[in-house]
Amino acid sequence: MRIGVPKETYAGEKRVATTPEVAAKLIKLGYTVALEQGAGAAADLADDAYRAVGVEILAEASALWSSSDIVLKVRGPSHEAPDEVALLPEGGRLISFLWPAQNPTLMERLAGRRATVLAMDSVPRISRAQKADALSSMANIAGYRAIIEAAQNFGRFFTGQITAAGRVPPAKVFVIGAGVAGLAAIGAANGLGAIVRATDTRPEVGDQIKSLGAEFVPVEYQEEGTGVGGYAKVMSEGFQRAQLAMIAKQCAEADVVVTTALIPGKPAPRLITAEMVRSMQPGSVIVDLAAEQGGNCELTVPGQVVERHGVRIVGYTDLPSRMARQSSQLYATNLLRLIEELTPGKDGTMVVNMDDELVRGATVVHEGAITWPPPPPRLAAAPTGAPSAVAPPPVAPAPVAPAPVLSASLRSLLVLASGALGLIWLGSVAPPAFMAHLMVFALACFVGYMVIWNVTPALHTPLMSVTNAISSIIAIGAILQISSPGVLLTLLGGAALILTTVNMVGGFWVTQRMLGMFRRSE
Amino acid sequence: MSEGLVTVSYIASTILFILSLGGLSHPETSRRGNHYGIAGMAIAILATLLGPKVTSIVPVIITMLIGGGVGMTAAKRVQMTQMPELVALMHSLVGLAAVLIGYTSYLDNSIEFYDVEKTIHEVEIYIGILIGAVTFSGSVVAFGKLSGRISGKPLLLPARHLLNLAGSLAVIWCCSLFINVASPGAGMLFLFVMTLISLAFGVHMVMAIGGADMPVVVSMLNSYSGWAASATGFMLSNDLLIVVGALVGSSGAILSYIMCRAMNRNFLSVIAGGFGTAGGTVVAPGDAQQGEVQPIDADETADLLRNAGKVIFVPGYGMAVAQAQHTVCEITKLLRGKGVAVHFAIHPVAGRMPGHMNVLLAEARVPYDIVAEMDEINEDFPKTDVAMVIGANDIVNPGAQDDPNSPIAGMPVLEVWKAKTSIVMKRSMASGYAGVDNPLFYKDNNRMLFGDAKKMLDQVLTALRAG
Repeated sequence: MRIGVPKETYAGEKRVATTPEVAAKLIKLGYTVALEQGAGAAADLADDAYRAVGVEILAEASALWSSSDIVLKVRGPSHEAPDEVALLPEGGRLISFLWPAQNPTLMERLAGRRATVLAMDSVPRISRAQKADALSSMANIAGYRAIIEAAQNFGRFFTGQITAAGRVPPAKVFVIGAGVAGLAAIGAANGLGAIVRATDTRPEVGDQIKSLGAEFVPVEYQEEGTGVGGYAKVMSEGFQRAQLAMIAKQCAEADVVVTTALIPGKPAPRLITAEMVRSMQPGSVIVDLAAEQGGNCELTVPGQVVERHGVRIVGYTDLPSRMARQSSQLYATNLLRLIEELTPGKDGTMVVNMDDELVRGATVVHEGAITWPPPPPRLAAAPTGAPSAVAPPPVAPAPVAPAPVLSASLRSLLVLASGALGLIWLGSVAPPAFMAHLMVFALACFVGYMVIWNVTPALHTPLMSVTNAISSIIAIGAILQISSPGVLLTLLGGAALILTTVNMVGGFWVTQRMLGMFRRSE
Repeated sequence: MSEGLVTVSYIASTILFILSLGGLSHPETSRRGNHYGIAGMAIAILATLLGPKVTSIVPVIITMLIGGGVGMTAAKRVQMTQMPELVALMHSLVGLAAVLIGYTSYLDNSIEFYDVEKTIHEVEIYIGILIGAVTFSGSVVAFGKLSGRISGKPLLLPARHLLNLAGSLAVIWCCSLFINVASPGAGMLFLFVMTLISLAFGVHMVMAIGGADMPVVVSMLNSYSGWAASATGFMLSNDLLIVVGALVGSSGAILSYIMCRAMNRNFLSVIAGGFGTAGGTVVAPGDAQQGEVQPIDADETADLLRNAGKVIFVPGYGMAVAQAQHTVCEITKLLRGKGVAVHFAIHPVAGRMPGHMNVLLAEARVPYDIVAEMDEINEDFPKTDVAMVIGANDIVNPGAQDDPNSPIAGMPVLEVWKAKTSIVMKRSMASGYAGVDNPLFYKDNNRMLFGDAKKMLDQVLTALRAG
């Protein structure tokens, strides 16, 4: 089958749906790949680089659309001028971002063309689908870029310094919402040397925040904030009040605020009021990653940087596109992983298997029928429904043992007492010679106990072989017995002596061999 | 040489033996420790030979030359991966020798004992032969299991605890008959019966123990061979044997204890046998919807390793089976050359005997100062970029910590899942010896590198060299 990648038509969109590296892998999967001339130019990917891996370059968008069995795009097809939906062949296949909830007309038109459409934003949140999760890849870039944009608009260092010209305090960054974008922002800000704090309604992400070197600021209110699929959900009113109070306090202290709070299918929650913006220091920066969904900040203007009460509010909606090379690469790889799932035979034939949970979730239009929304995912996250958070495993409770009949101390007391009684009895009947031997034995056991605990675990094998060699000291018994009268005794003693010498020589020798190997690094 | 001089020599060799074991506290001093051991042994044997009790020196020298030749050849030839077998086999020799010496001592009438002394002497002989026989047959079976001649699966007879109990009672009963017997001929009979029971007991005990419990068994047999020597010492009224036997016996006992603790199991339950099959929770194989494993290939593995700052290898029995330690060492050298910090994490029960992995790595010339014990290195995993598990399974199972129903719950494990990425090398998705599914495989940050450990590591090495 033939895959076509047109140039993005959305104003300012710099990304492209495939890179030369990924195109080579698509060709390896059995597809032929065609690209519209200059499609990668905005992402610094030259046509020649595509040509070098065997991609056909077409000058005309219409020729590309009509000749392709599968079209890969970043943004969904536009349905005004240029009308990309009209370019899609009857029964064609399209994979791109689509946002079916926000674009019902587009969905209708695509269904009208009997198309099969997979939306990258609808790939289900199951662990198998992570490799195709373009939302996470893009959010990661957006989070990073948010800090870069903040630094651009912020008039100070992020890292604290003590210089000959005076002390520079570190910037304080506050991140609201610790999803993929929020975590990326935390990582980037931390990397620049800022003091980072972050909050989230889902308490389990606290550990992830801390793992990136930031301080977790929880909302002091009891409510579980994790919704279906690991996303956040709408919280109760009491919670929201507590949250706003906390955010107000943090904003007043912070130099940079990054907001990433989004709830799927809902307008972005209003977390930063005009009042809070007024409370911030002049020169502070707010980066609102939710600008496209209306913004977390009341004063955000989507797509623009505005200055309100001395605070710059960055409302860019195209942060991934501002790092087009990086985001094209990650997006193309996500597409590749999805296409791999769709090409079970690796023979260049795409099979849309609606029984597959991943494919079912991503497919929003199937042969002209609208199949969105999909049935709810069966699992929050695999395995065992635990969040993917790398939470420290709880200390396992001691394995349940049947309750002992006697308490441990009583038992050891009994053992001691019976041992002492046995020894007293032995002492009253045994001859002194035996008791002398017993004393030697007991002392030797203690010496052995003390010495062996000092042996390093790395040398346990040599320890075994050397103790084994030493235990052939019973050769002495055999040597004495060889001198006993009678052929039988001599023979028995001789046999025992041979066995022990094998053991003795072999044991010492192999120990020496092993110990010779233990060496320090040069 | 007078009796007094012999005793002085024995004291000297006792001290040398203690120093020998003390030397093993550090690799630097361990070689000297072994030399002390050899010196102690040489002094003891020379003193005995030159002492007043020995009359025939030449036969002794001839037999020792034969035995020494055999031992030397075996020691030179043995592969380091075969160490567990060799050690088990050598334990059996000590056991058999103790049995033979016991019989000889019983048949030897040159020294007469009376009354209590006679009883005690006979009990000593009886116990000496008993321990010797159990050590012998147990070690032979352990050897068979370790070398793959006998299946590693536990053999569980239906009424095995009853059988063991009956055997012990029979042995005690025989003992009382043996002590009160009138003629030496009848005494021989009881000794014989007891020997047979002990041999059967040794076989039965080790047969019931699974492959993963082998470290405990090997160290336990090590301990027995010491107690056998000690019993022989009592029998012959020889303090040197008593002391050395006690040293070896306590050494083996401590090792068994350490191994049991490393598996969070108690000694009796190991001896009772049947891990993973005995009662309690039955593990549902392939617990549905566990999640998806994410495979990785050799090239990607090489990329991960090359770009890592800190790498920890976790070797297990699979590395020994595949003989992959040399390739691992090559990879280690290459990575260290590129400035990657490489460490090895050794679980106490990795492999089939205590310290097995350390010996294999040492053989492959991995420097010992980058090989760390579980307790030393467990807290380093969160700072690690890549944790690579080579042929290990149960010792890296997070279920031991967070699933109280797991058969291995509470067993200390290496926390590889805390590393940024963990890679598990495995032949297939089969479960480990304990028969427990491993949730590690399904973690998001885990990758599976399927295939023979040696072959895959060779590919990784090639990719690393190329890159």
